[in-house]
Amino acid sequence: MADATNQTAEPVDRHSWLRGNKKFPHMWCPGCGLGTLLNTVIRVFVAKGYDKNETVVISGIGCTGRIPVYVDCNTLHTAHGRALTFATGVKLAKPNLKVIVFMGDGDAVAIGGNHFIHAARRNIDITAVVVNNSTYGMTGGQHSPTTPLGMKAPTAVTGNIDPPFDICNLAVAAGATFVARSTIFHYQQTFRLLSEALEHKGFSVLEVVSHCHTSFGRINKLGSHLDMLKQQRDHAVVFTPELDVEKARAEGKDLVIGLLKKDATRPEYCDQYEKLVIQPSQAKQNRGGV
Amino acid sequence: MVTTAAQKPILLSGNEAVALGALAAGVRFYAGYPITPSTEIAEVLAVELPKIGGKFIQMEDEIASMGAVIGASLAGSKSLTATSGPGFSLMQEHIGYAAMAEVPCVIVDVMRGGPSTGLPTKTSQADIMQAKYGSHGDYPSFALMPNSVLECYTLTIKAFNFSEKYRVPVILLSDEVIGHMRERVVLPDPATLEIINRKAPTEPREWYRHYPDKTTGIAPMASFGEGYRYHVTGLTHEEHGFDATSQEVAKLLEKFKNKEIRNTKELTMCESFCMEDAEICIFAAGSVARSARQAVRILREKGVKAGLLRPQLVWPFPKMPVEEVYDQVRFILVPEMNVGQLRKEVERLRTNMRVKVKGLNVLNSVMITAEQVVERVLQIDFRSGSESEGGTSNG
Ligand SMILES: Cc1ncc(C[n+]2csc(CCOP(=O)(O)OP(=O)(O)O)c2C)c(N)n1
Ligand code: SF4
Repeated sequence: MADATNQTAEPVDRHSWLRGNKKFPHMWCPGCGLGTLLNTVIRVFVAKGYDKNETVVISGIGCTGRIPVYVDCNTLHTAHGRALTFATGVKLAKPNLKVIVFMGDGDAVAIGGNHFIHAARRNIDITAVVVNNSTYGMTGGQHSPTTPLGMKAPTAVTGNIDPPFDICNLAVAAGATFVARSTIFHYQQTFRLLSEALEHKGFSVLEVVSHCHTSFGRINKLGSHLDMLKQQRDHAVVFTPELDVEKARAEGKDLVIGLLKKDATRPEYCDQYEKLVIQPSQAKQNRGGV
Repeated sequence: MVTTAAQKPILLSGNEAVALGALAAGVRFYAGYPITPSTEIAEVLAVELPKIGGKFIQMEDEIASMGAVIGASLAGSKSLTATSGPGFSLMQEHIGYAAMAEVPCVIVDVMRGGPSTGLPTKTSQADIMQAKYGSHGDYPSFALMPNSVLECYTLTIKAFNFSEKYRVPVILLSDEVIGHMRERVVLPDPATLEIINRKAPTEPREWYRHYPDKTTGIAPMASFGEGYRYHVTGLTHEEHGFDATSQEVAKLLEKFKNKEIRNTKELTMCESFCMEDAEICIFAAGSVARSARQAVRILREKGVKAGLLRPQLVWPFPKMPVEEVYDQVRFILVPEMNVGQLRKEVERLRTNMRVKVKGLNVLNSVMITAEQVVERVLQIDFRSGSESEGGTSNG
């Protein structure tokens, strides 16, 4: 695999990672953040020089869940909420494969919440990209576990009363060893953080704040996709250890982006399995003279 | 390979035999969540798999276990999970996924009393219909029912063979009695076992289609990481794995149906005992078939011409043998530990309206005894004897 680099690659390389046959144009609404994200992901793969045959892109169900079908590598579109369980099986069975999982916010922390915290707890070497558009995009904008209080949805017409999750805090608390947040607007950050997440050995989480202007945006009168991109820009503040989160929030900067946690000391799950399960079992068997 | 003294008699439980059968079949991955009365299967494999470089993982629930099993199978490992009723319910969405994406895997359901948490330590046969119709949509269902410790071993191997050959999830429907019973068994010599592995593709990588419509109806299967880059999905798909048009949908579902229809010969596994001259058929599967076999012996001693028909493979249902029985016997008795799941299937195939199909349904989770079966046969025989013109001989 090639060295890490921040350079974005030539389009010609980029196309080599796309499945031309049958798959384009893509299914997302014009202006949706997912198209931009797909573009970023492919650029990262190209820049990193990953081997397509050894890369597995896995997803759950939802608009976000459609990312794998466009990517020319091993791709697995699983069931709603369950992508990380399939990914765990793939990774543990063949630890040499590079496994990256795409999930919507509902996918990752509503129906798949249990799998999310347990994958983090194990610190298995998988990169989980959670596209947080504050809503269930694919089913028409119902409120999700990240919908802010008071926001409207077809299933919360008077305003949402379910307090939202902070996906990154959840990942940190559950034991993920790399946690970062970016937005669709912050393309360069996404590129950099995703590159770093993929190189991190252990469970890495990248939350990408996105916009669903056709459902969530419309019902909450947030404007066009361009308006929503500007909101991502205006609300974002880059995390540093010195950042006074409360003060920033009071100034309207309530979207903390950047690298939030990185811990390279905790052992990775497949390594531990090899070292602490397979090797002693085989040694014991040999001692037993079987 | 486990070197359990093959060919020497050993004492094993049914659950241990399932684990050893899986190892003999080449299992390399197990994911599961503990549940009585299946847990011993996990416990044996947690010890044995790492010795051969295989992987064992205890997941956070049964949904996750089934997901991991499918993922590992796609990565090329023969994969297994084991559970009981409540966990089997949780696995259903992914069992349908495995059927849809044609991912080989084996699921052991050691049946216990239900519904819900039910009777965790007592036996039942009430998941037979769930093994067929548990997941949504129409999909090919395969389920084997062992009736002994030895069959826990041999039918687990069979389950892997079917799953690899037909690219389907296969269910081994054991139950608490079979799983926990200990028997003296002589395992077959590993060299004599037929072990089937999924067919690998031979065409150039760029031509590979994951779901070709070959005459066998079964596509060769590449594993992730082998250079065949394809798309796997639970969406209805065409042969590249991409979303299907309505014509392609029909083609796919037709292909699923054909897995059963085109292979009925191999997929009819039904044992007959004393059926040659039988006038009464007892149709029983799994643990209950043990009592039924004993009942046949007792009835024969009394001069009653009873025989046993025992499906080892309940799904696909053994259509031919059951249809033929209707031309031979006066009535069929289906003893089972549920409200009549097998009986309804037997009735569905009725070709001769004079042949009655009767049930013996025991729901208190105490194993049906041979005496209960004998008594029920004699009771039905007495009644139908007095109803008919008395031309039948019942000794
Ligand atoms: C078990 C199950 N329940 C519900 C659904 C219906 N469903 C499909 S996508 C989706 C939500 C998608 O929202 P999210 O995960 O946030 O992803 P997005 O579409 O916003 O990218 C739901 C509820 C399903 N496919 N499966
Ligand atoms: S519904 Fe929302 S999330 Fe889905 S493609 Fe459209 S804009 Fe994107």
